[in-house]
Amino acid sequence: MIRIAIAAALLAAVSTPALAATHQVAAGDGAQTRLQEALILAQPGDEVVLGEGRFMLDDGLSLDADGVTVRGAGMYATVLDFTGQQGAGEGLLVTSDNVTLRDFALENPHGDGIKSKGADNIVYQRLRVTWTGGPKETNGAYGLYPVESTGVMIADCEVSGASDAGIYVGQSKGITVRNSVARFNVAGIEIENSRDAIVEGNMVTGNTGGILVFDLPSLPVMGGGNTIVRNNLVVANTTPNFAPKGNIVAGVRRGTGVMVMANDGVLVEGNTIVDNPTSGVMVVAYPMKFDDKTYNPYPRNVVVGENIVSRVGYDPQIDGKDQLLAAFGGSLPPVLWDGLSQDGTVALKVDPSMTGWTLGLAAQGGGISTAEARPGPLKVGVPAVGFALTGAGAPAELEARLVP
Amino acid sequence: MIRAGILGLAALAAATAMATPPSLPLPNDAAIAGQAMPATLAEYGFFADAAAQVPADRVTPFRLNTPLYSDGAEKLRFVYLPAGAKAKADGENLLGLPVGAALIKTFAFEENGKRRLIETRVLLHRADGWLALPYLWNAEQTEAKLALAGARVPVTTPTGEKIDYRVPNKNQCKECHGLNGVVTPIGPKSRNLSAEWLAGFAKAGRLDTIPAVATRLPLWEARADASTEAAARAYLDVNCAHCHRPGATASNSGLDLRWEQDDPRALGVMKRPVAAGRGAGDFLFDVVPGHPEQSILAHRMNSLEGGVAMPELGKATRDPDGIAAVEKWIAGL
Repeated sequence: MIRIAIAAALLAAVSTPALAATHQVAAGDGAQTRLQEALILAQPGDEVVLGEGRFMLDDGLSLDADGVTVRGAGMYATVLDFTGQQGAGEGLLVTSDNVTLRDFALENPHGDGIKSKGADNIVYQRLRVTWTGGPKETNGAYGLYPVESTGVMIADCEVSGASDAGIYVGQSKGITVRNSVARFNVAGIEIENSRDAIVEGNMVTGNTGGILVFDLPSLPVMGGGNTIVRNNLVVANTTPNFAPKGNIVAGVRRGTGVMVMANDGVLVEGNTIVDNPTSGVMVVAYPMKFDDKTYNPYPRNVVVGENIVSRVGYDPQIDGKDQLLAAFGGSLPPVLWDGLSQDGTVALKVDPSMTGWTLGLAAQGGGISTAEARPGPLKVGVPAVGFALTGAGAPAELEARLVP
Repeated sequence: MIRAGILGLAALAAATAMATPPSLPLPNDAAIAGQAMPATLAEYGFFADAAAQVPADRVTPFRLNTPLYSDGAEKLRFVYLPAGAKAKADGENLLGLPVGAALIKTFAFEENGKRRLIETRVLLHRADGWLALPYLWNAEQTEAKLALAGARVPVTTPTGEKIDYRVPNKNQCKECHGLNGVVTPIGPKSRNLSAEWLAGFAKAGRLDTIPAVATRLPLWEARADASTEAAARAYLDVNCAHCHRPGATASNSGLDLRWEQDDPRALGVMKRPVAAGRGAGDFLFDVVPGHPEQSILAHRMNSLEGGVAMPELGKATRDPDGIAAVEKWIAGL
């Protein structure tokens, strides 16, 4: 009996730290050491508070303690400057759960900006990652990069200049990306091999491609889907692709608004999609050959609802564009489908207010613009009224951690 | 000549393991297995003479057949077992080290003809798991202090390159030593230890049994005598697979470079990158058989640029020998 009481007391002590500590870190000499020490010594429940100013850092930072909040004085007031970074693959690496990151910026990290791996229930709020030289192939790959995590909230953030994706969520589930700005990246926002995501209210402009939802083969986590893309501004994604060509995003056509590839259950509605010269919404199968038997390369159950679309498809980065433009009267319709679907499943339904066209491809694995294409008007079904995906988005507990 | 040197080293290690003079000091078990993070390396008492790297009692030096490359640093490795404790053999896998054990690794470079100790990393097996801590040596070589946030130290490598050598911070230890969320040793796998050393360790009563090893990693200096594949795969296993394996830091890449992995696709053959970003360069596949010059794997090993260079940590210089071994393997695929 006494033993049980002691055990219970110990448990209580572990789960509710007596008093959360605040670790203040100011910019200035020795910032690298002082900040990294604070991140190491922080205990669950603690806050690491970054002062105003520019922290000159020459190495990557990392956080491996659960339940820690790292917050600065604002995404323009507290800047972690990695211009002189010598090592590590990212500016800040988070590998612990229940972490909140808020109100600071990273500039010019040499690899990724903030990566969180296996970090469940993480909140990114009012963070800025900027490569200050504009779009360049030599910029780091991802701005915000949560991967292999359950529970991801990204809100009110801003990323520009990533040579791959500004905001990239991979191999995760329970995701919200909201009210954020992604500009001058190759891909603005990318949801990859992930489930149950909501991408809403974001401003995605000046990228090569706006919002990408897709699955890739041969990864530890596959089977992406159940994702909602709604009420975003997807405007003027006209920057030429500057990704190194080995990347999957190097294949993204300049001027792709929203792209859905090899996913099951994706709703695209309420978005304002303007000035995307290749396509407003593109729904395609994975274009390359693969040998992963567990991988489904086809889009399934994709619904394009009502969206406001204008000035798209006027300069498509697609073979035979002159003939296509002539055939469609000067610009391509808003929705592009490659024509591929898995036998027995419906690839795509489109609201009657939207028009579209199909490449009419006959088989997966030959690229999305091949000599075998038989372009024509899109003839697909109409979605049921009120089509809704359920269970998407970050857990409510993460909503509660956002501050006004 | 090289062989003779290696045999000499192995013999020395074995002799030290078996015939430690009784006058040597004993390490401090409370510092090793307690709750605190000792501020200095001296508190552990791992060394009879730390500056000379002479181990204390129950601290046994060892070497790895194929070691991790760290900018050409000389590495001095030791394993400590408390009184009466034994390591457990697990086939050719990692030796099982009991609570209270420690692994100690000192990194050194030559300076003005003398060995200069830079840092000593310790892995402590405590009741709640392994703890990794870095200790930074002072310029006078009299003391090594805990450096939680790591450090940078200007050194000249054996090939004459002047670099800012990186001492990792405590969290970065876990980037390489993390497996399924917990810190774990990497190096002392039976397949990467010599048969002589294992036999000596067992004979000295520190290892429960001599493990059977089907295929031992080749001795790096003698890799010319090993197959191209064995040399390259050993190098990849030791230098890359602590991250590139399921459950570790780079698991999301889908690349698995462990010695025991035999699926070519998992090893990167005609595998497309996932989140390599600009690290992919202009290449499409991790490994293109016959074409190291088109393989992302070799490209990243050849790079020193943050965001491209692999490994991400512990490397400020290219390893020409390792690159040559891996490129030769890819060329012959």
